[in-house]
Amino acid sequence: MTEQDSPNRRSRIARIALIAIPLSFLGYFFVYPVASILGISLFGEGGFSFSAFSAIASRPSLRAAIWFTVWQAVASTLLTLVVAMPAAYVFARFSFPGKSFFRAAITVPFVLPTVVVGAAYLALLGPNGPLGIDLRQTIWAILIAHVFYNYAVVVRTVGGLWAHLDPRLEEAARMLGAGRWRTFREVSLPLLRPAIAAASSIVFLFTFTSFGVVLILGGFEYSTIEVEIWRQTTAFLDLPVAGALAVLQLVGISSILVAYSRYQERRSVEQQLRPAIEVARRPRGRREFALVWGVLGFTGLFLGTPLAVLVGRSLRVGDGYGFDAYRSLGKATATLVPPAEAIGNSALFATAAMAIALIVGTMAATLIAYHRTAVSRWFDVLLMLPLGTSAVTIGFGFLVALDTPIDLRTAPILVPIAHALVAIPFVVRTEVPVMRSVRTRLREAGAVLGAPPGRVWREIDLPLIFRAMLVGAGFAFAISLGEFGATSFIARPDAPTLPVAIFRLLGRAGAANFTQAMALSTILMGLTAISILAIERFRIGDMGEF
Amino acid sequence: MSAKNPKRSIRRLIAIVVLVVAAGCSDPATTTSSPAPTTAPLEHVEIILMTHDSFVVSDELLESFETETGIEIRVLPAGDAGTMVNQAVLTKDNPLADVIFGVDNSFLSRALDAGLFAPYLSPLLASVPDELEIDPRVTPIDFGDVCINWDKAYFADAGLTPPKTLFDLTDAIYRDLLVVQSPATSSPGLAFLYSTIATFGENGDYTWIDFWTDLRDNNVLVTSGWEEAYYSYFTAASDGDRPMVVSYASSPPFEVIYATEPIDEPPTAVMTQGCFRQIEYAGIVAGTEARPAAERVIDLLLSTRFQDGIPLSMFVFPANADATLPPAFVEHAVVPADPLSLPDGATEANVRLWILEWTEVMSR
Repeated sequence: MTEQDSPNRRSRIARIALIAIPLSFLGYFFVYPVASILGISLFGEGGFSFSAFSAIASRPSLRAAIWFTVWQAVASTLLTLVVAMPAAYVFARFSFPGKSFFRAAITVPFVLPTVVVGAAYLALLGPNGPLGIDLRQTIWAILIAHVFYNYAVVVRTVGGLWAHLDPRLEEAARMLGAGRWRTFREVSLPLLRPAIAAASSIVFLFTFTSFGVVLILGGFEYSTIEVEIWRQTTAFLDLPVAGALAVLQLVGISSILVAYSRYQERRSVEQQLRPAIEVARRPRGRREFALVWGVLGFTGLFLGTPLAVLVGRSLRVGDGYGFDAYRSLGKATATLVPPAEAIGNSALFATAAMAIALIVGTMAATLIAYHRTAVSRWFDVLLMLPLGTSAVTIGFGFLVALDTPIDLRTAPILVPIAHALVAIPFVVRTEVPVMRSVRTRLREAGAVLGAPPGRVWREIDLPLIFRAMLVGAGFAFAISLGEFGATSFIARPDAPTLPVAIFRLLGRAGAANFTQAMALSTILMGLTAISILAIERFRIGDMGEF
Repeated sequence: MSAKNPKRSIRRLIAIVVLVVAAGCSDPATTTSSPAPTTAPLEHVEIILMTHDSFVVSDELLESFETETGIEIRVLPAGDAGTMVNQAVLTKDNPLADVIFGVDNSFLSRALDAGLFAPYLSPLLASVPDELEIDPRVTPIDFGDVCINWDKAYFADAGLTPPKTLFDLTDAIYRDLLVVQSPATSSPGLAFLYSTIATFGENGDYTWIDFWTDLRDNNVLVTSGWEEAYYSYFTAASDGDRPMVVSYASSPPFEVIYATEPIDEPPTAVMTQGCFRQIEYAGIVAGTEARPAAERVIDLLLSTRFQDGIPLSMFVFPANADATLPPAFVEHAVVPADPLSLPDGATEANVRLWILEWTEVMSR
């Protein structure tokens, strides 16, 4: 236990609020709806039975989906770690022109709707693509797209901690004769473990529940548990089997999360964090220049090519090029509100979702980081579960559960709430490692000097974690901009978000509809990059510097 | 929370959980989403119209309807057609909506069996062709046909004759040319599977399974959804390499209306044999407390002022024969003479098995 019980009444109230607010939020908007729909699914007329589980065991296609889900998630996570680690290092340790722009830009893929990225990859991985081999409908297409989507998670989560590691530790190791590889393996890697574990757990969750990428790039032969839940629910209304699959998915994800949480408890080390600005420096010497520009070049090509394909397609007019698609966005076709309105809707929902996620998430992170009890460990796992729960389960859960005491089932606020559920884990995951690394002694010193806990938090913790809060806010905003699954259940037709509008346009024949969808995707990319850039530029005094 | 007294903290936690759960569990009978019943025509009534996510209606129409009748229509999207029906079935005891639109013939028997709808015969049904009417509990609003589309330029350049029937597709000259969607994940994909079952049957010398075996050997490509089949593989709409795709009979006029540069002729054409007809219905939710207003909403959906807008907003043809079609539809849309269908309830009873059998054939 890291804190003393204070007799101060205000701090007790604060502490209760710290527990009550995130817990009520999660309880009412996640646990209760999901438990309701699973209850309806599994406790049919005859009460609970295991028949749905044995039905899964007896169907080869479902067994195959479960196995595929697991192994592709493991493979995708490992691959993403390996591919993105050099960039995490370069972004953490070196300063170079345009760095903050690059860092914002790499987050763009993360929010793009899969139907759009899928279109880009089907073009790139086809026989006429730059690779020259047809990877469409293979496992490789799925793995490549998963790395594309999750690259930023590793770069930012691992890089976020790496940027604050005291470089003198590594310098000392080098001075004592350790080579680069050995220094990395024996000094940096152990210190980075909390962040690597955090990033891996997020990537694993995302790929474990992969839906659009598997459907679009994998063709009809690959299927994940997530895809099967959707199929069993929407096509067959086989709620028992869908419910049983959802339970299996939750169990699988929980066990990974519990393992992660145990690991984090054991492994996290307190260390002296340094301001990022002191750690990063310009590359020196040919090797470092080659490393920095090589990594940036690869990152640019790998993430930029699919994005460039989308931009290129948005500019097609007949056989030539032009801005026609963008000019027409303001006009209401017979079918839709003007597509441009979706931009405003998305920005509004994303701001609300970011605010909710930041408040609830920071409270939860504080609880988890400073109050290491069994309860807070379980709470940590609970917070992550929405990431691993199928959008269909959450959407149907809202429907069956949120009709009393007030009927929220059709309320617009449900959209940012659903987005916040998915964004909170990112806020928590970026904040907790930094919070845990804040030295207890600093805090104790403040307390000994007579500062009440609120002031200790404000003046010692907050400046140290502010940077992590900004990163979390950026992720929350971006996630809300790109969320599609749950939104499609609850967004009103006259207030579509960008992904919903893109999806609608892509559902119609006609070249202009396609180029408009690509134009909206390009705008979504731009909006993401700009907003992340703006959020990270945001500073209060010198707080943002850390 | 203090580690010194874990019991107290756990008790506190339980109290919170109980509070939260209690807040969410008050008697479901005390609130309903339906407004109070009314008879006076201009008294304000709210009707919730549940639809699939392709439904579009203009604000102007909704506003003028409200001015005339006092009925405010709130549109509630509920995912794709299948998702919507299942949501409605699931929330049957405390309905989300008063009127549901967009139940198609594949899902109709599920909705009817669940007792979702109460009978209503709109006076406007007089203008609707008899073959669209199926059950007094639901009102046909629109219909569309799922057909093979082909790329005119590709066939002209290659000097190929386009196929005329489904069976032609198994001919070796059409090898590598067709892209279809999986019936397991796509609505037009499922309609196409139905059209092959309606054509070749389940018994006899050459069943639908034989047909799909031949199609597979002719290297048909299967995608999960319509979007990637049309916009990533179909030569007329992408850089892809498949000049034939399963799409809609209304796709060619859309290519004209939504061209990036004005064109006179669509780049695509429709194979008019082997089309499967999807009919979309609306119905009044059984037990709605706003029955008279709900009837007027059904009448609105069937009136020409809504029906006229259907082709451009939803891809499909209006059920009301008095509706005016847009010029591009009159000129470029084809309504297949003999669309295929399956007996009522056959799809509901067999869809699982058929998809399973299809998957087995195609995965070999």
